[in-house]
Amino acid sequence: MIAIIKYNAGNISSVQNALSRLGYESIITDDETQILNADKVIFPGVGEASSAMKYLIEKGLDKTILAIKKPILGICLGQQLMCESTEEGDTACLGIFNTQVKKFPATEIVPHMGWNSFTKIEGELLKNLQPNADVYFVHSYYAEINAQTTAVCDYIKPFSAAMQKDNFYATQFHPEKSADIGEQILKNFLEL
Amino acid sequence: MLKKRIIPCLDIKDGRTVKGINFVDIQDAGDPIELAKNYVKQGADELVFLDITATIENRSTLIELVKRIAKEINIPFTVGGGINSVEDVARLIEAGADKVSLNSSAVKRPELITEIANQFGSQCVVVAIDTKFENDEWKVFVHGGRTLTPLTTVNWAKRAEQLGAGEILLTSMNNDGTKAGFALEITNNVSSAVNIPVIASGGAGSKEHFKNVFEQTKATGGLAASIFHYGEIPIPELKNYLKEQNIAIR
Repeated sequence: MIAIIKYNAGNISSVQNALSRLGYESIITDDETQILNADKVIFPGVGEASSAMKYLIEKGLDKTILAIKKPILGICLGQQLMCESTEEGDTACLGIFNTQVKKFPATEIVPHMGWNSFTKIEGELLKNLQPNADVYFVHSYYAEINAQTTAVCDYIKPFSAAMQKDNFYATQFHPEKSADIGEQILKNFLEL
Repeated sequence: MLKKRIIPCLDIKDGRTVKGINFVDIQDAGDPIELAKNYVKQGADELVFLDITATIENRSTLIELVKRIAKEINIPFTVGGGINSVEDVARLIEAGADKVSLNSSAVKRPELITEIANQFGSQCVVVAIDTKFENDEWKVFVHGGRTLTPLTTVNWAKRAEQLGAGEILLTSMNNDGTKAGFALEITNNVSSAVNIPVIASGGAGSKEHFKNVFEQTKATGGLAASIFHYGEIPIPELKNYLKEQNIAIR
């Protein structure tokens, strides 16, 4: 079973719809046992970091996420919350990835919204992709590049489009909204 | 490089797709789900669904439609029409919409933009502006283009950005339905005045019109309806043409 973490963020049903299209059943849950017993966990989200973090702590989901041993995929806000901290609401986050999340300077249009490609790509999650593959981004904050970065996208500056540390995977873009390429990436994750 | 977006718009009435010429004279152009799936297959970058009768008719048909769209398609989509409250937005987002588009309700009560942005994030708030050049000025119209407001277009776009809008969908009523090209001047003025994405809408009739709007304005997306519905410009052909013109296209 695949668990999708239920919390106060949008976009959660989109992930479930994407999994159904690939033929996978999933449950949207905030129950610790269900999350820890799942074969795969997805931590999606569109929303605001400080209220999301506050909610996770109140529900004890911060500790649950850190205790997950099976592969977990953070998407968009999920990726940002897996970092050490974010400038959005000056929020301390889960600290899985050793990097900070910063706001894009307004030298170009913000949010970074639309389809963009990678300047670096590696690892299991992003295998079988064409080098010029485009995926869908929508965000105003970005994770800085670090040792755990597995894909780089360049908008205003190079940032972490994907990261991995042990069983923790994350993407800044939305695979569930990235057409066939996104489906390939979700499939890669589900088949880990 | 960030790509320019090609965005088909589906005008919805009673769960079916329609397209008005200059906002009146509606013709049926098919089933929205079938059209949407076909657009995704052709390479559309996003979709917009506008419920053009939502202000006066029942909402539940639209919510059911949005749920079906969210199940079937794997690219982002915006839903607009008749959104008056945070509760309306919550229902659409829950049903699977990625963004909502506000028009008359945002003019009537601009704080609504902020309320939605605070709860769901700026990225999901599109402010749609219907504009018409009248008495030497680009003015904002509401109620499907029927009512003139005192607002000038650039000022309203800037205000919407300050209030928390994540994107502007700018439709020129002078150009809509004419197939004579996008309104380049006002699109350039608005897209230069704000630092959020602007989608140009109204008037697309040829591939060159998309090239012009991407080269001569800062618009990051081009929206059209009938030329896509009736297959006058197939999306793959449009995208290939724009790539040949060195425009960043997926």
